[in-house]
Amino acid sequence: MANKLAPHSATPSPNRSEATLIPLTKRLEMYRLLSLTRQAEQRAFDLFLQNQIKGTSHLSLGQEAVAAGAAAAMQPGDLSFCTYRGHAHTLARGVPVEKVLGELMGRDNGLMRGKGGSMHLTSVEHGVMGSYAIIGAHLPIACGAAWRAQYKGHKDVSVCFFGDGTTNIGAFHEALNFAACMKLPVVFVCENNLYMEYTPIADVIPVQYPAADRAAAYGLDRIVIDGNDVDVVYETLSQAYAKARAGHGPSLVECLTYRYSGHSRADPAKYRPAGELEKWKERDPVKAYRKRLGALGVADAKLDAIDAEILKIIDEATQACQAAPPTSTDILFTDVYADGGCAWRN
Amino acid sequence: MNVLMPQLGETVAEGTITKWYKAVGDSVAAGELLFDIETDKTAMEVPSMAAGVLREIRAQSGQTVAVGAVVAVLAQSGAASAAETAPRAPEKTPAPAATAEVSPARPPPTGTAGQQSPSAASPPVSPGTGRAIDPYHGLRTPEKNFGKAMLPNGARITPLARRLAAQTGIDLATLHGSGPRGRIVAADVRQARPAGGAVNASAPLASPEASFDQIKSLYTGTPYRELPVDGLRKTIARRLSEAKQQIPHFYLSSDLDVEALLRLRKEINETGANRVSVNDMLVKAYALALREVPEANVVWAGDRLLQLAHADIGVAVAIPGGLITPIVRQADTQSLSNLASELAGLIARARERKLQPSEYTGGSASVSNLGMYGVRSFQAIVNPPQATILAVGAAERRPVEAPDGTLRATTMLSVSLSVDHRAVDGATAGKLLAALRTLVEHPLRILL
Amino acid sequence: MAELTYREAVARGIAQEMARDENVVFLGEDVAKAGGVFKATVGLLEQFGPKRVLDTPISEQAILGAAMGAAMTGLRPIAEIMFADFIAVCYDYIANEFPKTRYMTNGQITMPLVVRCGNGGGARFGAQHSQSVENWCMQFPGLKVVAPSSPVDVVGLLAAAVRDPNPVVFLEHKSLYATKGEVPEGEIVDQLGIAKILRPGRDATILALGMMVSRALQAAQTLQSEHGIDCEVIDVRSLVPLDTQCILGSVARTGRVFTVEENPRQLGWGAELVSIIADESFYDLDGPLVRITTPNIPLPAADALEDLAIPSVSRIVDTIRRALSA
Repeated sequence: MANKLAPHSATPSPNRSEATLIPLTKRLEMYRLLSLTRQAEQRAFDLFLQNQIKGTSHLSLGQEAVAAGAAAAMQPGDLSFCTYRGHAHTLARGVPVEKVLGELMGRDNGLMRGKGGSMHLTSVEHGVMGSYAIIGAHLPIACGAAWRAQYKGHKDVSVCFFGDGTTNIGAFHEALNFAACMKLPVVFVCENNLYMEYTPIADVIPVQYPAADRAAAYGLDRIVIDGNDVDVVYETLSQAYAKARAGHGPSLVECLTYRYSGHSRADPAKYRPAGELEKWKERDPVKAYRKRLGALGVADAKLDAIDAEILKIIDEATQACQAAPPTSTDILFTDVYADGGCAWRN
Repeated sequence: MNVLMPQLGETVAEGTITKWYKAVGDSVAAGELLFDIETDKTAMEVPSMAAGVLREIRAQSGQTVAVGAVVAVLAQSGAASAAETAPRAPEKTPAPAATAEVSPARPPPTGTAGQQSPSAASPPVSPGTGRAIDPYHGLRTPEKNFGKAMLPNGARITPLARRLAAQTGIDLATLHGSGPRGRIVAADVRQARPAGGAVNASAPLASPEASFDQIKSLYTGTPYRELPVDGLRKTIARRLSEAKQQIPHFYLSSDLDVEALLRLRKEINETGANRVSVNDMLVKAYALALREVPEANVVWAGDRLLQLAHADIGVAVAIPGGLITPIVRQADTQSLSNLASELAGLIARARERKLQPSEYTGGSASVSNLGMYGVRSFQAIVNPPQATILAVGAAERRPVEAPDGTLRATTMLSVSLSVDHRAVDGATAGKLLAALRTLVEHPLRILL
Repeated sequence: MAELTYREAVARGIAQEMARDENVVFLGEDVAKAGGVFKATVGLLEQFGPKRVLDTPISEQAILGAAMGAAMTGLRPIAEIMFADFIAVCYDYIANEFPKTRYMTNGQITMPLVVRCGNGGGARFGAQHSQSVENWCMQFPGLKVVAPSSPVDVVGLLAAAVRDPNPVVFLEHKSLYATKGEVPEGEIVDQLGIAKILRPGRDATILALGMMVSRALQAAQTLQSEHGIDCEVIDVRSLVPLDTQCILGSVARTGRVFTVEENPRQLGWGAELVSIIADESFYDLDGPLVRITTPNIPLPAADALEDLAIPSVSRIVDTIRRALSA
């Protein structure tokens, strides 16, 4: 059981031995997701540098293994609740690249036609129930979705992603308590990338692991895993999802990972000690997984072909977005209320 | 100043000039008729806003022009460019600054039954449900202005007063403000007689707005005594003036055979402990009729109707110095004996002027009975905001033709129903009166 | 027709909707076993069971967040925030989440939920348990805000709120819970966005909400009987959506407007109404627009002080009388 994982498993283990039962097709699917989220985020960064993406953006470069492993372990119908750093989680659930880039670029082909932007990617048809930009807000919301599943006897699991900074906000604690009391089918996935926004999480907590070390307060197991190892993420969350689906309640999983870029566009991340980024890049989740797949006998050429295929998809999506008209201005006043309009008076 | 095609309604975009009363070069007094217009909705006479000389007519008779377009140019008296022909200045020269941008518009003259008098509240400028709200502003700002808030002489005018003055052609400079700090308020405009024009010719001196001095002057040489008017009298005067002027009344009359009702009453009074009057029974019957015809149990509330769940019936009671209409609550569900004792109590306290306001406000209908004075029939004024009032005359023996063709005597009662047509239509009122007749002529139903 | 208290009407309204639609669920602090701190939800647990009527921890964010997650995935939750003042603790949902999600997702997400609160003063609860928070809620496009003044309106408007596909904040007045009124038998469903003219009048329009409605009516009676001033009293009932036509229609008849608001003066709901009237009905106005509010102070606890602060019948009468006299 993942929830029996000892703390030592938190030690990053890019060269983890090969004793698992993950089928190769699943592994290739996860590599695909890693490649997709990596390249799409890089493209987003490039487009930003070309001033084709405006506003803010919070990239997941370096954290792809969490999004890929978590999504690969989900079943259709499971629900994702993401944060403003949600591009990777959204893409990993199968939302087309063009829709995501279009939203970032303010184009009419965007996922929400430009009405939400980078921080609010939502695709109900893919189970992406929103990306939430107020820290902590979506943890109780995910509880509500899970409560609905429990009440209606549905078998879907609500999966809620958040950062280490979220663990000190009230909603985190309210949600964990509520979910644990009600044994809700919800899985809380903390991506601990060591920094809240600019300040290291270690500076503001009295424990080592911001999420896992609080789990005991809610009767939950202390689970800390290597969030750069997609296999570990996949296995751990598979078990957490299964537990939720079986009616045994929520799990809180802390994934250790690292963010290559700053908090957002505006942040050059000068606050990081020298050498830290480089040290984490040695454990790059994509590279590490290539190595593992190589050890399992997958040829580099096959993985290169996947990368090339993904790049082609991203290139085509980019071109489609560049050719797409800007968001239609006639939607400025639509969908404020459920009647489709914005009228608040007669 | 420019004379503009007035706005005749929210949805009216243009008007056709059908007649000019003045030719170019004619001098015009403020309030004097300038031209007639017709739209698909209405026809009206347009008076001049100001005194002056008509310098130019831009839209000839027969021409259709857009609302707001300039139809003529008036050289105002006193202005530097005033015309050669010295205008007779019948009144004080109007203040150009205050009225320069105003287009003249006055509601059509009264006369048709049910039309509002010009002094009544004019239709609002704004709440045009027809106009879409601009979502950028979330508002339907009026598209038209009605002049400045201050006259050259420093007098201030409320927005409503400005609009009413512009719409009725009243020169604000002639008014004295009765509002706070001398502000000219709507009442000042409503009380002012429009300057000059047809209104003058037809207005008798004893018009409702005539002043005490004007009235007194009609009776010089006649001995009289001045009686003070107390608050009750003032309220009666105001409310009934408004009711008669503003409520489009119509009237239905009927004769009811009350022979059975009188017999029943006799029986009740001979056997029961509580005595009931014919009036009690009529109030009860009317309440039941309203319950049977709920569409008549309504109150006009301006932009909607209030349909009342119960029939609360007012009963007009003459008291020293006036009358008051206490309300019998839920007259439709009360037993007749309860109703009779409650009504007796209300009447007693009404005569002592001890009624609480809650006891004489509300209700949808009233009953007024002058039968005791031998009045055969009469028509009452609806007691607002109620929608109907039943006027009851005296019962009298009359010969009627029996089914077999012979004559027989029976006791008949003439009643007249006065109805607020805004709230209740003729057919509904007819149904109501028919229901009343059935109940009165089969009076056991009143007891059910 | 039965006479119900306002608090019984709350339970009746919730029960009516829960019986009709099993997607309607109800959660809040002390609402189930205890029947609510205001005893407004007595009997619901017994009638509908613990799966549908939930006692939650004291976690306002969890309550509203859970309601939201449930609403956006198919339930129609009713969430109770015990005292309306506590909305401040979970304001993120009121301000950022409920009202904006439909818009931000370009209509992908629908949020049929109701947040019920005990709103308003008069119960000597002091500054943090007595506030009238209409304006905390009505400023967010996407949210609806309703405040019933009578038992029958509680039932009808609550039913309308539950059936509405938008998030609705339903502000019950805690000092009205004991008041009584007739409520017809059978299903009652009202409509959001309809104001009620409770008393027609000619001289001035009084706009009131919640507990201020009965005070406005009493003031109108006194103004009529003692000063010959005939006021029209409108129960605004719904701030969003707002029945502007009813209000402006009344202004066109009377030419004068008075709001009676329980909230402190600055940016109370009446300010928005008065602003609309000043614009659209400018040429119907025969005098200044007057707002009668609690002064701009926190509400004190002591009865003598609280009674001074919240608009009273006599303050309404005096203000209107003075404003209308020359």
